[in-house]
Amino acid sequence: MKMDILKHELVPHHEILTEEEAEKLLKTYNLRKEQLPRILVDDPVVKAIKAKEGDIIKIVRRSPTAGESVMYRVVSREII
Amino acid sequence: MSKSTENALIKRGLSKKLAEKIASSYTLSELEKTSYKKLEKEFGKDVIKIMKALGREDDIPKEKVKKKATKKEAKKAEKEEKKGEKKKPKPKKKAEREMDLKQRIQKILNERKEYLPPVVVDEIAEKVKKRNLVDKLERVVERAIEEYNRNLMDPYEACGMVAAQSIGEPGTQMTMRTFHYAGVAEINVTLGLPRLIEIVDARKVPSTPMMTVHLEGVYKVNREKAKEVANKIEMTRLINIAEVYTDINNMKVMVKPNEKAMEKKDIGRDDLLKAIKKLSKVRIKEVEEGIEIMPEEGNENYRELRRISEDVKNIKIKGIDGIRRAIIRREGEEYVIYTEGSNFKEVLKVEGVDTSRTITNDIQAIYEVLGIEAARNAIINEAHNTLQEQGLNVDIRHIMLVADLMTSTGTIRPIGRQGVSGEKSSVIARAAFEITVDHLLGASRRGEGDDLKGVAENIIVGQPIKLGTGSVELAIDVKKLSKMKVKK
Repeated sequence: MKMDILKHELVPHHEILTEEEAEKLLKTYNLRKEQLPRILVDDPVVKAIKAKEGDIIKIVRRSPTAGESVMYRVVSREII
Repeated sequence: MSKSTENALIKRGLSKKLAEKIASSYTLSELEKTSYKKLEKEFGKDVIKIMKALGREDDIPKEKVKKKATKKEAKKAEKEEKKGEKKKPKPKKKAEREMDLKQRIQKILNERKEYLPPVVVDEIAEKVKKRNLVDKLERVVERAIEEYNRNLMDPYEACGMVAAQSIGEPGTQMTMRTFHYAGVAEINVTLGLPRLIEIVDARKVPSTPMMTVHLEGVYKVNREKAKEVANKIEMTRLINIAEVYTDINNMKVMVKPNEKAMEKKDIGRDDLLKAIKKLSKVRIKEVEEGIEIMPEEGNENYRELRRISEDVKNIKIKGIDGIRRAIIRREGEEYVIYTEGSNFKEVLKVEGVDTSRTITNDIQAIYEVLGIEAARNAIINEAHNTLQEQGLNVDIRHIMLVADLMTSTGTIRPIGRQGVSGEKSSVIARAAFEITVDHLLGASRRGEGDDLKGVAENIIVGQPIKLGTGSVELAIDVKKLSKMKVKK
């Protein structure tokens, strides 16, 4: 039996943004993709939701101060 | 016959004739308890009207509703439904109103293009309901928005500096070296300043790893079952369940099993023998009081005997590598296993372990198994608990900022020379931190430049720093100015 890491209480909700959504996001915050925080391609969650390099992932965190907070990470390779 | 029942039914939208008929045999409370079928027998078609008047639409069998619609009585049904809706019972409405309140707040926010965090929205909804301020909702939300925006961090405020101070100052009051027993007897955990340093430095392995293993299903309520899981997790070496003698005269190592200990750990003699057979370069003989192990023929010397004796003692018989002890503890309704030593990946594979709640204090292991976001949460929890345990109340936002910074590249970076501070893009900022000469030398060799964007660089050079008001620049777009028409 393989465990579902997405169900672990420490793992917040991850979802891949569609291309339109990603574009809209970058436009609203006037950002380039490289300016977003990163998540590695071989991160277990990235593998679990089958995201590809360059995808933007929307993370809905449960926050003790705001209740819920949204954060974005871009899937990228490790930079050495 | 009760007149009040009749009146109540008429109020709920039933015809006078029907109400009279019902009231003759039922009171209102009786009517609510009577089953649909019984009422149908008595009142025929009118039963649907009655159910609607009572707010028991759910009790109407589904086919009936469908049939009605197909019978081209749709118009009639619609009319009835409208009537029913208007006269819906109160309890349902209350729940709706509460849901409604949050939505209404959200609507006001959307209209004004403002944002309030969900916690604040919930709190407003609750307080408004309690104090009965529903009619003044708009004004309440307006004030909340005003207050929220006033309390927001200003753009270009030095939040990192504030966080550093807020964690650093209470940090000076932490005990230097404490080993504390974390709730469970016998398991000691590094706490206080050493632990905080460990977290911030992103050490690969914590000095005292431990896990909290939650169980699921039967395992969590039955002590015997919980013990079973604990036995599977805890690593048992041969020396824990048997005595080992070295017999120099006869050139052999004797293994004498301790039956009691073996039974306790649920290990049979076969398991023992199987484990010993994995040894290489030995002859094994089973005798009555135990197992004899001898060196290979022609290699019977004292040194070989010593090697065998040590190897035998350390044979792993059962359990998961790295877990030295497992202790079962009852917490409320369920049993929880605490372990000394940690092996997050393996423990999640054990049957009976709740894979959604089991945690470890080994942040690196969490990162490897659950990913960067889980590691961020783990850093926040661990740091916050460490500070809390020492009686220091540091606002969690500061810790969140540190955790965000540590995880922003997708890996866990330590704060300090090897991590965040050492990877700054500016040479001068790096040189100002530590190992000045190395940085300057390296930069000159590579021909690095410096944009003077950070704080440290600008202070060294003697310029205003780009923080707070120093970061705002105003300029006139001359091109646009010429195009503007000046009104006189």
